[in-house]
Amino acid sequence: MSESRAPAPERAVTAGTVVVEARGLTKSYALRRPLAERLLRRDGPRAIAAVQDVSFAIARGRTLALVGESGCGKTTLARMMVGLETPTGGRACVEGLDVHATLAGPADAARALRRRMQMVFQDPFASLDPRWRIGDIVAEPLLEQGLILPAQAGERVAALLASVGLAGADVHRFPHQFSGGQRQRISIARAIATGPAFLVCDEPTSSLDVSVQAQVLNLLADLQRERALTMLFISHNLAVVRYVADDVGVMYLGRLVELAPRGELFGAPRHPYTRMLLAAVPDARGTRRERAPVQGEVSDPLAPPPGCAFHPRCPHANERCRVERPELRDSGGVRVACHAVEEGRL
Amino acid sequence: MTGPLLEVRELRVDFPTRHGALRALDGVSFDIAAGEILGIVGESGAGKSLTGAAIIGLLEPPGRVSGGQVLLEGQRIDDLPREAMRLVRGRRIGAIFQDPLTSLNPLHTIGHQLVETLRTHLPLDAARARERAVELLRQAGLPAPEARLAQYPHEFSGGMRQRVVIALALAAEPRLIIADEPTTALDVAVQAQIIRLLRGVTQAHGASVMLITHDMGVIAETCDRVAVMYAGRIVEIGPVDEVIHRPAHPYTAGLMAAVPTLDGELARLAQIAGALPDLDAIPPGCAFHPRCPKASPRCTEERPELALVQRTRAACWWPIVEGMPG
Repeated sequence: MSESRAPAPERAVTAGTVVVEARGLTKSYALRRPLAERLLRRDGPRAIAAVQDVSFAIARGRTLALVGESGCGKTTLARMMVGLETPTGGRACVEGLDVHATLAGPADAARALRRRMQMVFQDPFASLDPRWRIGDIVAEPLLEQGLILPAQAGERVAALLASVGLAGADVHRFPHQFSGGQRQRISIARAIATGPAFLVCDEPTSSLDVSVQAQVLNLLADLQRERALTMLFISHNLAVVRYVADDVGVMYLGRLVELAPRGELFGAPRHPYTRMLLAAVPDARGTRRERAPVQGEVSDPLAPPPGCAFHPRCPHANERCRVERPELRDSGGVRVACHAVEEGRL
Repeated sequence: MTGPLLEVRELRVDFPTRHGALRALDGVSFDIAAGEILGIVGESGAGKSLTGAAIIGLLEPPGRVSGGQVLLEGQRIDDLPREAMRLVRGRRIGAIFQDPLTSLNPLHTIGHQLVETLRTHLPLDAARARERAVELLRQAGLPAPEARLAQYPHEFSGGMRQRVVIALALAAEPRLIIADEPTTALDVAVQAQIIRLLRGVTQAHGASVMLITHDMGVIAETCDRVAVMYAGRIVEIGPVDEVIHRPAHPYTAGLMAAVPTLDGELARLAQIAGALPDLDAIPPGCAFHPRCPKASPRCTEERPELALVQRTRAACWWPIVEGMPG
């Protein structure tokens, strides 16, 4: 655990360009059942596996996007990466530090790490305290971290607001005086205030209108370039992901089923689930391209299917898929968990 | 050939407040032909859901229709008494909402709800109504419909629930279905199934559809014509291919360019400056002018009305015309 005590987070990064890493990250929740049921069945406690054995690495200044349908575990994974959830297995590492060990360790190291990772949430109406003025909302992490003196706050906040396209006079206003897109800009200003190396964005534009979504996506791209931010971007919208991600991970029922560079994922998707998701995206340009119909719905995570969890919806499933879970394997620079791909049936 | 199935004429909706009435819909006019799917697209606050609610008489108070007319098969329905309007809903207009649970009673089995709806509107005995309920669920793509009749809404997944709602909306063979964001709460894979179903099943029943959504992709895949709304007015209306590929209104063009897509160039997304106006601060003249790259002094003073530009109708003093420099 010595690495988790390292005082200067920057040090570990010099070993390579990897800033963020997940190693076998797992999260399961114990389920409480009614007493009678527990006594009758006598099969001990049950658990629901929200995230299972997920590994990836993100290099400095790059963006990994995680996509999947609701309940696939992408938000739980994102929250574990910044220490908002504790994994039940595996490790999340940021700048070489084990996130959970560091946050549980000495206060100085924990505080230093917290400064280096921030999160932007989906709902800008819920994530800003309605009783606080914008200036205080943005200054709070700086003051809490002891990075500035109260007297310096005005200047720093004005600079931060300017960097997200808001006016300096906005510091005196309250969240309800802003539109959804402006609120998300405020959330972003707050998130970048402490100079993080790692920014997690959980569906940052899902509650925004499309004309405003474009503004926020462009802003995130600009900030990433200016500040060499390393990003984990969670989204259910593959078209949005195409504009922001360098690499894309596709999750299904808690597991990564494909991890590929953007060009590969959109140009030559391997996993049948990835193909199905791409086929399902409505085509706004009206090209009327014919697409394979999408089948079924995500299985109950309480009773995940045996073998490959996707097999009940998969047009290529065979007997092996029904009993044996495929591992994530390298296949020409892409990682895929699929028997059909591995066997060359697809 | 008779007139259009639905005619909406100069519809106005007001919300009275302490500081005077806020006009949420301001002179909305359009037709829907028999068998046609008309999309209503726009961003939040544009008034698209209000338009649907006003047509079926389900405006939330204090909102009220303060002007205009709605005609269904040539007959005015905007001035009907509550009870008569209730019969129009269900029998002649079916409704599908974003959250299927708002349309389903959690205390009754779906079989009970379907049979009840069928017998309210059609002269069927219990056994015939039950048969028809099974048939409707089968058409809506519900596996093993007989067995599912005895189940309650909470026993269905989100996608399956929306299938039940579609079956329910079609139960009385209405001439028009108003679907308000029917796929927005669903995952993308399920969304594609529901769109396909909605299009197929309404065609099979010969029903027209008014499809309200913020999603240009859903519009492009489903509709025959589309109306684009902004700040309580229709700013462009026309055949879906024309509106998508040759938009005349700068707002439509901006909206289309801002939609991220799976194909097309990976350049920076086009963005429209600013945000949608609040109802109490709708700009004078053309409401879009503060965000419009083509705005002129005239746009700030005089409100443009819908007028034919090539193959769509647009409310703009400086519409985009093909072959003309922007």
